[in-house]
Amino acid sequence: MAAYDHAMLLSEVAYARPATLEQALELLAEHTGARALAGGQTLLNVMKARAAAPDVLVDLSGIPELKGIELGADGTLELGPMTTYTELIASSEARARPIVGEVCAQIADVQVRNRGTIGGNVCASDPTNHLPPLLVAVGAEFTVSGTGGERTVPAEEFFLGVYMTAAGPGELLTKITVPAGRSDGFASVPIGVDGTCIVNAAASLNGGVRVALGCVGATPVLVEPATADSEAVRGAVRDAGLEPPSDVHASADYRRHLAEVVAARAVEQAGKAG
Amino acid sequence: MDVVTSQTIGVEVNGTMYERDVEARRLLIHLLRDDLDLTGSHVGCDTGNCGACSVILDGTLVKSCMVLAIQVDGSSIETVEGLAGEEQLSPLQQAFSDHHALQCGYCTPGMLMSATALLRENPRPSDEEIARALQGNICRCTGYWNIFEAIKAASG
Repeated sequence: MAAYDHAMLLSEVAYARPATLEQALELLAEHTGARALAGGQTLLNVMKARAAAPDVLVDLSGIPELKGIELGADGTLELGPMTTYTELIASSEARARPIVGEVCAQIADVQVRNRGTIGGNVCASDPTNHLPPLLVAVGAEFTVSGTGGERTVPAEEFFLGVYMTAAGPGELLTKITVPAGRSDGFASVPIGVDGTCIVNAAASLNGGVRVALGCVGATPVLVEPATADSEAVRGAVRDAGLEPPSDVHASADYRRHLAEVVAARAVEQAGKAG
Repeated sequence: MDVVTSQTIGVEVNGTMYERDVEARRLLIHLLRDDLDLTGSHVGCDTGNCGACSVILDGTLVKSCMVLAIQVDGSSIETVEGLAGEEQLSPLQQAFSDHHALQCGYCTPGMLMSATALLRENPRPSDEEIARALQGNICRCTGYWNIFEAIKAASG
């Protein structure tokens, strides 16, 4: 049927929806061309464009242990990577670290937030995504599991390059741990309200000043100004020697300028929070 | 555990149960339009930007071009075809008509599903809340103004 053929966008792909983490890890180990499918709000579009062509999609949506939000007695948040942005925004537990839900509410639109996941956002390691700089600034830890066991990776060591993370072939991100804290901020210059970021910055003042800049390199750039003073923050960003990309939205010089501006704004917001 | 390249799925759409064989690569929008002949949901962009394919999947608004058909096995879906009664438009559809909230109409099924989802969660949305609820739906005709008017009218 002509309409049917016309409607094919994705290359042929095999699919499995495991019910346990163990099954998912076995599938990823068994099929070298397998990719984990989280919310699909990036991967399915990338597959339409033929920019990725996995042989097997391992759909993680049927694995209960990858979902959920737990708040520990000390204020630590443990986030299942398959938790959606909408769930994080609505969660009273997640409000223990308010910036998490606040930033999730700035991602794309209702439909994408309903289906997109925190794990998908970070594992995509797209330099323009919101959550990589945020989770670096707040000092999150990522639990990565494989058939051989699990390990913990600090957020600043998780992002290795554009579309590359410390979760290697056959591995899965299985937990994101966010320490307690409230003095956080996030600022961006996006393409339209809640659109793709041209430059973004997350700041955390919970013991020291941590600023993580997004969109200015392959991975978030962590800057630690001596104080939260606006000039100190801008100076630290200047000294970071950023080499951002130039594209149709902004030149490298303009991105360097915006990086200072959004860093100062994020730190200012962090100072007022908590 | 086995992987499959196609599977028979069962899905309820607007209260009717359907069973179909689907390939793993098939998108939900194509299941709806080409296999079930429910052509009310539109394909505007194929890239997840325009929202014309928005449907409500197990109570949640999604873009059906960013969900695989094989993923909705056992689910319940509402599309624009399910909004009206036998003879009567839904209050929201009637408000779209009364307020000229469409010109070409291509985006309308998605707008209606997004607004339906909004009004269920928030029966009296503010202008700001309506704007945020429609972020994922693009209209090139109306400038959105009459869509706002219609949603406000339907919200009482």
